Amino acid sequence: MKKSKSKIKTSAGSKIFTFINALILILLALICILPIINVLATSLSSNTAVAGGKVAFWPVEFSLESYKYVLGKTAFWRSMGVTILRCILGVSVNVFLCVISAYPLSKSNKRFHGRTAYTWFFFLTMLINGGLIPTFMTVKSAGLLGSIWALILPGAVPVFSVVLMLNFFRAVPEELEEAAIVDGASQWQILMKIFIPISKASMATVCLFAIVFHWNSWFDGIIYINTPAQYPLQSYLNTVLIDATTATSAIDMDALALISDRTIKCAQIFLSMLPIMAAYPFLQRYFVKGMTLGSVKG
Amino acid sequence: MVKNKKSGILKLKKELPFHLMLLPGILITFIFSYIPMLGMKIAFQKFIPAKGLFGDQIWNGLDNFTYLINMPGAMTALKNTIIIAFWKIILGIIIPVIVALMLNEVRSSKLRRSVQTAIYLPYFLSWVIFAGILIDILSPSGGVVAQMLRVIGVDPPFFLGSNKLFQPTLIWTDIWKSFGFGTIVYLAAITGVDTSLYEAATMDGAGRLQKMWHITLPGIRMVVVLMSVLALGNVLNAGFDQVQNLISPQVYSSGDILDTFIYRIGLIDAQFGPATALGVFKSAVSCLFISVSYYVAYKFFDYRIF
Repeated sequence: MKKSKSKIKTSAGSKIFTFINALILILLALICILPIINVLATSLSSNTAVAGGKVAFWPVEFSLESYKYVLGKTAFWRSMGVTILRCILGVSVNVFLCVISAYPLSKSNKRFHGRTAYTWFFFLTMLINGGLIPTFMTVKSAGLLGSIWALILPGAVPVFSVVLMLNFFRAVPEELEEAAIVDGASQWQILMKIFIPISKASMATVCLFAIVFHWNSWFDGIIYINTPAQYPLQSYLNTVLIDATTATSAIDMDALALISDRTIKCAQIFLSMLPIMAAYPFLQRYFVKGMTLGSVKG
Repeated sequence: MVKNKKSGILKLKKELPFHLMLLPGILITFIFSYIPMLGMKIAFQKFIPAKGLFGDQIWNGLDNFTYLINMPGAMTALKNTIIIAFWKIILGIIIPVIVALMLNEVRSSKLRRSVQTAIYLPYFLSWVIFAGILIDILSPSGGVVAQMLRVIGVDPPFFLGSNKLFQPTLIWTDIWKSFGFGTIVYLAAITGVDTSLYEAATMDGAGRLQKMWHITLPGIRMVVVLMSVLALGNVLNAGFDQVQNLISPQVYSSGDILDTFIYRIGLIDAQFGPATALGVFKSAVSCLFISVSYYVAYKFFDYRIF
């Protein structure tokens, strides 16, 4: 916008500024991308090249052995399956509860008298939380340990998303709703047939928040699922990438001749990143929208 | 009277769908947020897990708290938490603001978009994956950072294994992962700055740096202050996901934070009482800070969450 009028004259100083500015930004962009490229290059290189420190950003002695090894491992696939199931269940629950909670809360105090009390009920959970041990004990008492619902129910009502959604609902003109009431529509029908169809953008944002949350969570898997065989992907990765003792014992001796611990780790990192990277263009677009919608108002 | 009562029933009938819609969310929130709040009583008990959350436990007053005060690990964790969180908050504001200002000066929309796409990316990776990458590239033996340092003749340090370097490494890698996402907010704020101000400044012969300093920066000042105020609520959150994935016993003295400490003494060593007591302390301080920061944000910047 304001770029156009600086066409008048580009001074030498301005040119240098533009150049240095672009240079620094490109450098920053590289800093964010290069680690990922390094991991990819390492995963595609031979064991000896990696061990010799020859791999930087391009595969040396190209080899797919580490991928063959990881893709042949049942543990990897099983945890991937758990995560996909978790995402499907978790996102449905999150989005459903978000919408049906945000809708009544978006009504004015006059239209819905309990609004303030309910809003405070939800808001308080953003201020105070019971902390690790009481939450763990609650999930345990509910008999959820070891069940996938332990990963879904404690975070089932995403308060931040509810706030985002209710602010969006509020912007819907009241006349639409009044017209529907005159036509004899119930509140459920109004929500389903009017509000949801016109809220696609914020529904997408809320959906993406939920997907990223469920795809990336790892700690709840570690504490609530007691059998490592049923860990979701990120919890499984935590045990193989981070917890060094399990990582070395997990590799069988035959495989070690061709591949190394490091190439396997990098292959696993890259494979687990793939789904997020594939969804990234959508993620980025909607998150930018969601963030600007949700964080800076007024 | 009769009319009033009737309208009350009518109102209830009209509002009943709203109450029903809220019911599932209220129930789940009650169970998984409010019951744990009641569970904070464990902090004042000699808690025996086998008896259950609301079983017949022995109360021991403030014993768990005095136990923690005398425990060197807890105080170290508190100190580390404050230092790490402090720097993360400061740099987490300054760097995104600078990057947003710089991005705003880029004229080529192609370059701008590519840079944005690249810098947001790390935010979407889980801390497990990002930590996995960091452990690999920062490894002093074969990591790519070590290789590059050797090329320029520097002996690569053990970033994740030395108590001197662990805190800066935590702070900078956190900024690395999240600065791109933080810039979104400030870029959005910059687009809101009145463009006629720039025109006037151009007329007056202001250079680009001058415009940046005298117009853009003051133009987004409110948003920067607001974000800083809201960030204050996080003084006791130094980033559990990150630290838990990068820490190792040799750097406990510089990298252990309250959350990792609570996890270790609570769920690993099964000292439920002291761990909850520390959690209660953390919750109380956080609650105070968040309330104050929301209040300030509301009072001075008219920021409302709902």
